[in-house]
Amino acid sequence: MMVDPAARIINKETWGPYFLLVLESRSIARRAWPGQFVMVKASETTAPLLRRPLSLAGRNGDRFQLFFQVAGQGTALLAQKEPEDRLDVIGPLGRGFRLPQNNQTAGVNILVGGGRGIAPLLFLAGEMRAVHFPVKVLYGGRTAADLPLRDRLRAGDIPHACSTDDGSFGQKGLVTGLLAQELKTKGAAGGIYACGPEPMLKTVAELAASARLPAQLSLESHMGCGFGACWGCVKKIRRDGEESWVKVCEEGPVFPAEEVVWP
Amino acid sequence: MTDLTTDLGFLKLKNPVLAASGTFGYGLEFEPFLDLNKLGGFVVKGLYFDPRPGNPPPRLVETASGLINAIGLQGVGVKAFAENIFPRLQSLDTAVIVNVCGSDDEEFVAVVDFLNGQVGIAAYELNISCPNVKKHGFCPALSPKHTHDLVRKVKRASRRPVITKLSPNVTDIAEIALAAEEAGSDGLSLVNTFLALAVDVETRRPKLANIYGGLSGPAIKPLALRLVHQAASRVKIPVIGLGGIATGADALEFLIAGARAVQVGTANLVDPQAALRIIAELEDYGRRHQLARLTDICGTLKT
Repeated sequence: MMVDPAARIINKETWGPYFLLVLESRSIARRAWPGQFVMVKASETTAPLLRRPLSLAGRNGDRFQLFFQVAGQGTALLAQKEPEDRLDVIGPLGRGFRLPQNNQTAGVNILVGGGRGIAPLLFLAGEMRAVHFPVKVLYGGRTAADLPLRDRLRAGDIPHACSTDDGSFGQKGLVTGLLAQELKTKGAAGGIYACGPEPMLKTVAELAASARLPAQLSLESHMGCGFGACWGCVKKIRRDGEESWVKVCEEGPVFPAEEVVWP
Repeated sequence: MTDLTTDLGFLKLKNPVLAASGTFGYGLEFEPFLDLNKLGGFVVKGLYFDPRPGNPPPRLVETASGLINAIGLQGVGVKAFAENIFPRLQSLDTAVIVNVCGSDDEEFVAVVDFLNGQVGIAAYELNISCPNVKKHGFCPALSPKHTHDLVRKVKRASRRPVITKLSPNVTDIAEIALAAEEAGSDGLSLVNTFLALAVDVETRRPKLANIYGGLSGPAIKPLALRLVHQAASRVKIPVIGLGGIATGADALEFLIAGARAVQVGTANLVDPQAALRIIAELEDYGRRHQLARLTDICGTLKT
């Protein structure tokens, strides 16, 4: 992990409350992997005091992408940043998605993204395809306006399907409905990789368990530091029959679905 | 060049800047960010005798220029610390201070007994003041008598200097400081966090699962300074000041108010290199004010 106190913003795209920033930082970009995150200082002052954890949405050479949704004071300040502005960034942090050793015989890897949870899966889809792993992305949101990165999926020629709660784009209903169909009709999936709201992840875990497929889930948590010092971001994890509070920033944010104990 | 070395009597430090317990992990978490040997020292996360599960989340909430935490002292326990973590700290050329916790007086003594066998611990810091281990937690620092009794028991058991970490949640800080001094404490550190509450107005529930937590960060600095000044004016043993220090100027305020050294806490979480930056800012101050020794300014508040 690295501290870059002045990572330059190269580009910014906006869709309502959603933002995609391209930043330049060789040391961070070269180490970035899907599922990892960075901690970004949103303000020079103490309002807000803490950095914000943002998901890595991609990398290209010395550049990396951050995708976020305005959810409060910190992200609202970050949304005001413009190209040529500099951001104080620590990263990449945490443990990302793990690729299977060999995907020659297994089926399609299903990547499930809910809302802003699409970011690490867009990144993962690119990395998987680079090593010839077959992927299909399932992307869900409340309305068509909550699927801003669907153009990226199309432009990248990444097989995908979309759902919206209100039916304004793609299939009407939850993205887990798409996943259930995918598992029923295709039946030859490799693994499942998911990021999104907790109820979505819980359903993904249940569907993966009944289909006897390995699943990796990227959990979201409020973080104090992002690098294991404060023990503030814990979730309950079960390993070898024992439950404990585990730091999402250090041992996650990606966990095997069967380890997650749902509240 | 100003001499930054700091003599606490019982412990000599390279400089007066320590990293505070609970914000610095076991030290190792910061190795990617800074050379630990450049610090005056650091205080590792509080250790109970046995591993502790900690509190359920949410454990943190941000407030104006502050952070309320109720981690609940989740930790590995003293044996795992000695086996897996401390060997990696032993070779460091800086003061490694261990923060000692207990659910009762006997556990404090048991932790110290056990750690006495480890080579390379500079001092113990007694965490008699954590506000959020239980709803009505074991907090000897709220009572002068309990502070006195506990410090005396630990001092009898300890083969190392003992720093007693005081709570700000008291009516008369000087009374508690004097009780710790009278019981033989070698030094004091203050303040721990302020007991605090944050409410979610939509749900009308507390924002922390533990209901109350401890407030830290820049929001508490003026409150902490007042307490450090009052305690340091009354005791002869050295006082280590902490509470919201994020800059060299913040650290200087504490030194001028009577602290002999300082601890940097919440700032480590935001800027993992904060302690080094603060040391550099102290050096710069010394140069500008042509100080032979930085500690010459300790307790020089003109009133």
